[in-house]
Order: sequence, then structure tokens, then C-alpha cells
Amino acid sequence: MRLECPICGSRDRREFYYQGDAVMLARPAEDAGADAWDSYLHLRDNPAGETRDLWQHEAGCGAWLVVTRNTVTHAVSRVALAADVKGGKA
Amino acid sequence: MRFSGWRVLREGLTGNKGWAPHWRDAEPKAEYDAIIIGGGGHGLSTAYYLAKEHGLTNVAVLEKGYLGGGNVGRNTTIVRANYFLQGNSEFYSHSLKLWEGLEEDLNYNVMHSQRGLINLFHSDGQRDAFVRRGNSMINQGDDAVLLDRIGVRKHLPYLDFDNVRFPIYGGLLHPRGGTARHDAVAWGYARGASDRGVDLIQQCEVTGIDVENGQVRGVQTTRGAIRAKKVGIVVAGRSGQVAAMAGMRLPIESHVLQAFVTEGLKPCIDHVVSFGMGHFYISQSDKGGLVFGGDLDFYASYASRGNLPMAEHVMEAGMTLMPMIGKAKVLRSWGGIMDMTPDGSPIIDKTDTKGLFIDCGWCYGGFKAVPGSGFSFAHLMATGNHHAPAAKFRLDRFRTAVGLMDEEGTGSQHNLH
Repeated sequence: MRLECPICGSRDRREFYYQGDAVMLARPAEDAGADAWDSYLHLRDNPAGETRDLWQHEAGCGAWLVVTRNTVTHAVSRVALAADVKGGKA
Repeated sequence: MRFSGWRVLREGLTGNKGWAPHWRDAEPKAEYDAIIIGGGGHGLSTAYYLAKEHGLTNVAVLEKGYLGGGNVGRNTTIVRANYFLQGNSEFYSHSLKLWEGLEEDLNYNVMHSQRGLINLFHSDGQRDAFVRRGNSMINQGDDAVLLDRIGVRKHLPYLDFDNVRFPIYGGLLHPRGGTARHDAVAWGYARGASDRGVDLIQQCEVTGIDVENGQVRGVQTTRGAIRAKKVGIVVAGRSGQVAAMAGMRLPIESHVLQAFVTEGLKPCIDHVVSFGMGHFYISQSDKGGLVFGGDLDFYASYASRGNLPMAEHVMEAGMTLMPMIGKAKVLRSWGGIMDMTPDGSPIIDKTDTKGLFIDCGWCYGGFKAVPGSGFSFAHLMATGNHHAPAAKFRLDRFRTAVGLMDEEGTGSQHNLH
């Protein structure tokens, strides 16, 4: 499995660290309440199909990436910089 | 049909013509008292204990594939009760006791072999942690023996004791730990449940859960609608999809875990052994194959196969620990879909929908839990009360953050347990 880092190009999966669902980008406010924090920390859609994960190019440029990927076929359809996703550019 | 040594002898002498199928392949009826979704180890044992312990026999087990075709047929067959935290400790202790009486109870040879399990440690810190764990196991009433380096060497002379990077300091021996024949566990429970009147329905995929006014009414399946006032979801890696049919979002992420088996070899590994410095564990099947595995592939996956990096890591860890296995040829590798929770501990609970129950989140430790999980889940479904050994496996512990059981202390990240 290879991931296409927007900065470094196509790299081996071994260079990347998997954090989890990209829902981690949407951190609730500190006083958002137990349900919002439960949803953020624990609950997952866990789809069998297309999902968005947060990865870090740990052994490369260090960038955090949002990877759109199929959990059944392992096919990767899109990789974007997390900074761009958060900033609304991607 | 009862199995016995006499019966085997008689069948052997008469051409093995007297054996019959072990269970009925049932057709779905319009209504049952209870439906179990999922015909794996946990689902079948739940059905068995519903019938045996609670007299509930008007029960159907719905399986989308074939019985025992999921994780119960894809694991590394280890049976143990060496947990540290309260909640887990009493549950696995109860499950191990059920294992010890299982073959007589089921009249079925599940080849349960208490060959001893040794968790190795490689530093002072790890030794301290295993001393604590061992004390916790003994306090629970189970067995644990701390071995020093010489003690380990007596049991496992084939390890690389000259490894300077990962020196072997000792090990925690759990003598009652061991292995069992995984398929036979599914078949034994299937047979026991079927004999008591439970309908085992294969090729029957649940496509919807019917709920009216907050009460479950039954399920929609590829073989028609089936009514029931009680429905239990026991579908491991597919928990997210089935729970979504009842509008639930679970604290579960599904991950692939790989396992490997070599060609059959003469007996050489007598115990279950785990390496403390890389995730690697191994035992030898009665057929002679070395059965081993390691960690998750670490990314969410529903593919029942893994990727090369983790296969490499497992092989490297194995070669580091016991170089003697280096020339064994790997015959097969495969993957199972693990229902990973954020604290690494399972869920056996009611849901917000009346009559709908869920048993999931076994991460990659579900096989040894098969008897205990079925027993406790059947108790909950039949009586409405939590069974004492599984009373801490609550679904709401994540929302309230009260009662989390994070054995490895890695925090709320699904793939780190």
C-alpha cells in the first residue's frame, strides 16, 4: 500500500502513522458537553466502504494528511493536507 | 447422537456409516422469542446458554454466511485468563472455568489444551508490570507463576538467550492458559443449541431492524421478515453496520488483524509464548503447524487480508525471539476483522431500544471469551439483568468516562489496544 503525499509524492505505507478517523479534526469546544466529546473521542461511523482517515507522514515531511480511502478494497482515492482541509482550501 | 470412545470404535469397525449431521440447517419461521444476529462463536454460545440455562428454545441464530465462518474460524486459538483490571479479570476467570468444563458439557471434543502460556519480559519495568499482573491474577483465584531467566530456559530452551538488544529477563507463566480447536468450539455450540431446539439459519443476512415506539419488533432479512421481542447483535467486526440499522453509532472502529500458519512440523513449541518487545505470539497446533500473529495493520479495514509491513514485522519479531523457526515455510496468512473499542475492553449491554441487546467490542481477544460472553449475554437477554462477571462491560462507560478498562493504558484511540 502506498500513499500519495501532496508534498513528497508516492511513498510506502511504512512512512506514515495512522491516527484514526478524520473526525479528529473537528475538536469540540471544552464546554461542549459529554455527548459531543463522546462522539469526538469514541463513536465512529466505521463504514465498510469510503472513509476519511487522518495520517501523518511521520518518516517524511511530517505533514498531517486527510486520506480518502476504501476500507474494503484499500484503494486510496484522495490525499489532502489536513491544514488545507481545516482551512477550507481542500 | 452422543460421542464416546465406544462410539468411535463401533463406527470405525462398521464403516463410519452411523454418523449424522451435527446440527439441523433450519428454515426461518415467522416469529421467535429471541433472535441472535451472528452465527459465530459468541452468537452460537449465546444461543446455547439461552436454551440450556434459561430454557429459551424458541430462538433463531441468523448468519449471513456459514456458521463459524468469521473470526471464530480465523483466530490463533489462545485461551487464557490473565487480565489485570477489575471488570476484565473476573469475566475472563469465569470464561476459563467454563472452558475447563466445556467438553463434558457439550459432549464435544474441542481439543482444549491447557499447555501453559508464557508472557516474556525483557526489562526491569516489564518485570514489575508482570509481577503486578500475576498478583492480580492470583487475587482473582487464577494461577500465575513468575519465572526468572533460568526458569524460562527450562521451559523454552530454544529461545535466543544471547540477544543483547532484547534480553530475556523472565516470564509470567499462566499454567491454565492454552489453546483449543477453534472450529470445534463453534460446531460444538451449534450442535448443543440445535439439539435443544434452536434454529440455526445460514445464508440469512439481516438487512434491517424493526423498531416501534422504542421497542424492537423483529428483523428484515434476505429470507424475509422475522418477528421477535428480543434481538441480540453479536456480529464482531460488522457491529457498526448492524447497529446502524437501529440508529446507533458505536464506539467501535473495525481493523484487520493478520495471522499465519506454517507447514506441519514435529512437536517443538509446547506452550503458548509471547514476546514482550514486539507484538508476537506463537503456539503449535496439534496438526503441527506453527500458528502465530502480531499486531493490527493499524488502519481501519474490512478486508479479510492484511498488508506486507505487518507481515514483515511479525516475521522479524519471531526470528528475533526464536531463530529456530526460520526455515519453517509459511503456508497461509489471513486476516480477521476486529471490533476495536476505545479502551480495549468489550461491551455486553442493553441498548436504548427496548429488547435490543448488543455484545461486541472484543478487539482481538474474542476467542477465549466465547463461553463467558455467550453465558453472560444469554443471562442479560433472558433476565434483563447484567450477569455479575460481565457487569462492567457497559456501553455508556465511554460517554460518562466512568468505568473505562484500558488494560494497556494507551488512551482512547481504537487501534492502540
